[in-house]
Amino acid sequence: MSTTVSVTVNGTKYDLSDVEPRLLLSDFLRDMLGLTGTHVGCEHGVCGACTVLVNGDSVRSCLMLAVQAKGAEITTVEGLGTPEQLNVLQAQFREHHGLQCGFCTPGMLMTGEDLLRKYPLATDDEIREGLSGNLCRCTGYQNIVAAIRAAAALRAEGTS
Amino acid sequence: MKPAKFEYVAPTTVDAAVEALRAANGEGKVLAGGQSLMPLLNFRMTRPAVLVDLNGIKELSFIELRGDHVAIGALTRHREIEQSRLIASKLPVMAAAMRHVAHLAIRNRGTIGGSLSHSDPAAELPMLSLFYGAKLSVQGPSGRRTIAAEDFFVDALTNCLEPEDIVVEIEFPILQHDGWAFEEVARRFGDFALASIAVSLRRAASTVEDARVAVMGVADTPLRLKEVEDQLRGIAIDDQMPDRFSELVLSCVSANGDLHASAEYRQHLLGQLAKRSMQTALAAKGW
Repeated sequence: MSTTVSVTVNGTKYDLSDVEPRLLLSDFLRDMLGLTGTHVGCEHGVCGACTVLVNGDSVRSCLMLAVQAKGAEITTVEGLGTPEQLNVLQAQFREHHGLQCGFCTPGMLMTGEDLLRKYPLATDDEIREGLSGNLCRCTGYQNIVAAIRAAAALRAEGTS
Repeated sequence: MKPAKFEYVAPTTVDAAVEALRAANGEGKVLAGGQSLMPLLNFRMTRPAVLVDLNGIKELSFIELRGDHVAIGALTRHREIEQSRLIASKLPVMAAAMRHVAHLAIRNRGTIGGSLSHSDPAAELPMLSLFYGAKLSVQGPSGRRTIAAEDFFVDALTNCLEPEDIVVEIEFPILQHDGWAFEEVARRFGDFALASIAVSLRRAASTVEDARVAVMGVADTPLRLKEVEDQLRGIAIDDQMPDRFSELVLSCVSANGDLHASAEYRQHLLGQLAKRSMQTALAAKGW
């Protein structure tokens, strides 16, 4: 049994037939749409690497079926900025060296985008609390926190 | 790490969902927010023949005031509860607990009905349903019935739902109290609790008139401590109260240990959190 899925991803509309109901949204994005910026880490909702925005809310794409995304607007890391023009949060990750191997980075960015939209992020404690669902094995988190702190400060100044 | 094959059904009414479960003949599973079920499917720890997705049933998503209760639809997301002004003013202990419910991306998807149906012994909403004395409205093939939260949780990850039942809504009585606190310790913020306590009080003059206490992370189900509530009622409030409360709680609980934390450590945590929660409750405005 398969079904048709119509979704908008990073502003582009896709109509895909032959989507098996058991296909995870993460695999749909990577294997059917070729958007491999979304990384697959633990596949059970612990590591946060596969985080994307669905209708503006961050979700674990490994904990959602592709068929559940029918009609949704999805943003992946490919939709944030371009190599020539990074978005505000990406630029702060570069500025503050918020990544090393880069595996967790797409999930950190998508989580950061949602946190910046929904919480004041006035203290490092609040930023760390917000990032607690995303694992990084390289940075020790310090520089990721610094990058988000800087992005929050820019937002507060009204420049983001 | 991929789900086994299943038939996917996405009904738009509760009646149709119950019918789909009945037709699945015990081989069906309800998908709400999926934040606990999807990992089980990915690991193939559960292999339902039919997955009944409730996400298209719009009538199951609401938060509303009904006299001296707040009713919450089963498909209401954790994030909606976290943000709700009605919850903040009428069920403040729940509002305080919501930031401890997993992480933002999980709260964006996870639902109250799903959390209660999953019945994790260290999850906040099952504990809060006991704390408030909530009533669950459940629909099965023979219609709707009401189950009190205190009758609902049977054991770890086990409740009294039948395979064809769907939790439809939950009614929380509003406590007429004026001091409260919620405390929790987890290894990583947002993870399941190693120990947690919720307390709420109403004071008359310098004594406790009414009290409510629940704990979790220390037993196979969350626990409401009615014994402690009874002993608090009528006692004089003084500087020793946080320490006495801590002793009272520990005298009624014998914590379980597991690979995440030993029984001794959980017991110690609970004592400290009890003390801290009483300090916060007594310091609350409105005294």
